[in-house]
Amino acid sequence: MLRYIGNRLLLLIPVLLGISLVVLVLIDITPGDPARMLLGAQATQQQVDDLREELGLNDPLPVRYVRFIWNVLHGDLGTSLMTKRPIVDEMLQRFPYTLMLVSLSIVLSVLLGIPIGIYASTHQNTWKDNTAMFLALFCVSMPSFWFALLMIRLFGVQLRWLPISGVATWKGWILPCIAMALGLTALIARQMRSDLLEVIRQDYITTARAKGLSEGKVIYRHGLKNAMIPVIMVIGGVFGSSLGGSLIAEVIYSIPGLGQYIMSGLNNRDYPVIQGGILILSTMFAIVILLVDVLFALVDPRIRSQYARKSKGRGKRVGDET
Amino acid sequence: MEDNLLEIRDLVVEYHTDDDVIYAVNNINLTIKKGETIGLVGETGAGKTTIAKSILRILPQLQADLKSGEIFFEGVDMLTLAERDMRKIRGNKISMIFQDPMTALNPIEKVGFQIAETIKLHNKIRREEAERRACDMLEMVGIPMDRFSEYPHQFSGGMKQRVVIAMALACNPSLLLADEPTTALDVTIQAQVLDMMRSLKEKLGTSVILITHDLGVVSDFCDSVAVAYAGEIVERGSVDRIFNNPHHPYTLGLFGSLPRLDSTEPRLKPIKGLMPDPTNLPSGCRFYERCPDAAEACALSPPQDIEIEPGHTIKCIRGKEGGI
Repeated sequence: MLRYIGNRLLLLIPVLLGISLVVLVLIDITPGDPARMLLGAQATQQQVDDLREELGLNDPLPVRYVRFIWNVLHGDLGTSLMTKRPIVDEMLQRFPYTLMLVSLSIVLSVLLGIPIGIYASTHQNTWKDNTAMFLALFCVSMPSFWFALLMIRLFGVQLRWLPISGVATWKGWILPCIAMALGLTALIARQMRSDLLEVIRQDYITTARAKGLSEGKVIYRHGLKNAMIPVIMVIGGVFGSSLGGSLIAEVIYSIPGLGQYIMSGLNNRDYPVIQGGILILSTMFAIVILLVDVLFALVDPRIRSQYARKSKGRGKRVGDET
Repeated sequence: MEDNLLEIRDLVVEYHTDDDVIYAVNNINLTIKKGETIGLVGETGAGKTTIAKSILRILPQLQADLKSGEIFFEGVDMLTLAERDMRKIRGNKISMIFQDPMTALNPIEKVGFQIAETIKLHNKIRREEAERRACDMLEMVGIPMDRFSEYPHQFSGGMKQRVVIAMALACNPSLLLADEPTTALDVTIQAQVLDMMRSLKEKLGTSVILITHDLGVVSDFCDSVAVAYAGEIVERGSVDRIFNNPHHPYTLGLFGSLPRLDSTEPRLKPIKGLMPDPTNLPSGCRFYERCPDAAEACALSPPQDIEIEPGHTIKCIRGKEGGI
């Protein structure tokens, strides 16, 4: 198992090299000149050219790529062209906000989504199930910025219960977390429902019933664990992509997180910010996916035995049907 | 009456789909004595598994509808029991072996745990004690107990079926419902599993309902036979009687279609036609369409059970006329 994790971490290296190359090339072919953006429309062409030379933008792509990698290996993601601050510092400062926002919304949506999914599947085709699934469909389909704006209007402007932006107090977290969690909850609930319905039809669930277990124990001990794997996958994927995708909530609610930072980097053609930001986000995404895979192995012995196939074990002694 | 362990009276079970009603079990009567082993034979779709699941009340809740009937077990009508009391019977006094050992075990729990779970559930004992007994059960079905902590995917099909059997027998049930326990296994393993079930049955005094379509297994393993056809029991009697002196045309057809080593017939003799559509059963005898001896009266009204000898009943009007 440890060996597997080690292998996966080693695999990260070529993946990240590839990602940084793609990002560099994409930036290169995107129109817009950071030097011009920095100096403003009044600057002369001479000033712009000088700045380009100074920033190293005139070097050929391979040179820039190698320089970027070299710097990354030394823990340096470069300096923002706009703010002149080191990107690593800026990211470290902002990361807790994004992590907080994403974690809170995921926890909220897991706590709501899984019970709703279980409830709907154990009441399949009743009005309870239909209502839950209709609401879930609604929440999945509606864009989260729309919810975010509606909630600002209701709770912030009309009722004045909660701040409309900023996270100076804990109250500020409530609306952005709900805005992000609504869609996720619905996604998790729908996934949970369909997986559990699938599992409930399996023979071993009938076996569990025939043992004399109560319906609750049948569902929780024998059904839920088997149904969790695709749900874990969805949660992990959502967690990984939300780290970069919490942008809308961050912008609407003025949370100084990573998404907002990268967004401003994009608008200003602040290349180092874009490169560094994407590199960090993709690293985190890959690590989250690795955690998900490890979690799979913890839940399912069949997956575990695949990882452990080469290590010593008794699995070899019997015919392995997997 | 007294020595009847299980008595099914007028059981009717229907399945509901979006458009149709499937008449799976129609007015079945069946009694099993203590210690008796009865073979329930019939084609796929004759309602055999539905009968077994009705006894345990584990029919799929959404589709199945247990319309009417009574199922007495040790003198109590189980269909009127509260779910709580029913749970004390399931896996304890009545347990079931399922058809497909590949899918009957939970893939992500240790086999030992799955056995111990049943034991712990029905006996007020500590977990260690339940696990020790589960080890004993594994040994009893011929699996070394150091494989307690392994998972189903590490077992072969025959071994999985033994685990399922160990699980079913873990609480010394007085009735075992074995739903085609050997169908998914190859013949060598089949023989091993049957031998094992026989010795366990003798040791524990368990009554068995063996659901199968293998007449060879029935003659080898059972005391009596019930032949199911289109949701009815068409012939019922001791193994000796049914095998030596079958009366119902369907039973005759079943025996006629068996391949025989001593026969010079170049082709098998199947029963012509198919079982009637269970959503649209004929109003008369269910076997009328395929029966070589059908009379006009057969199409008009369904035949009643006729006892042609003590303990040997058939559902055929020809029975009265003294043999076909």
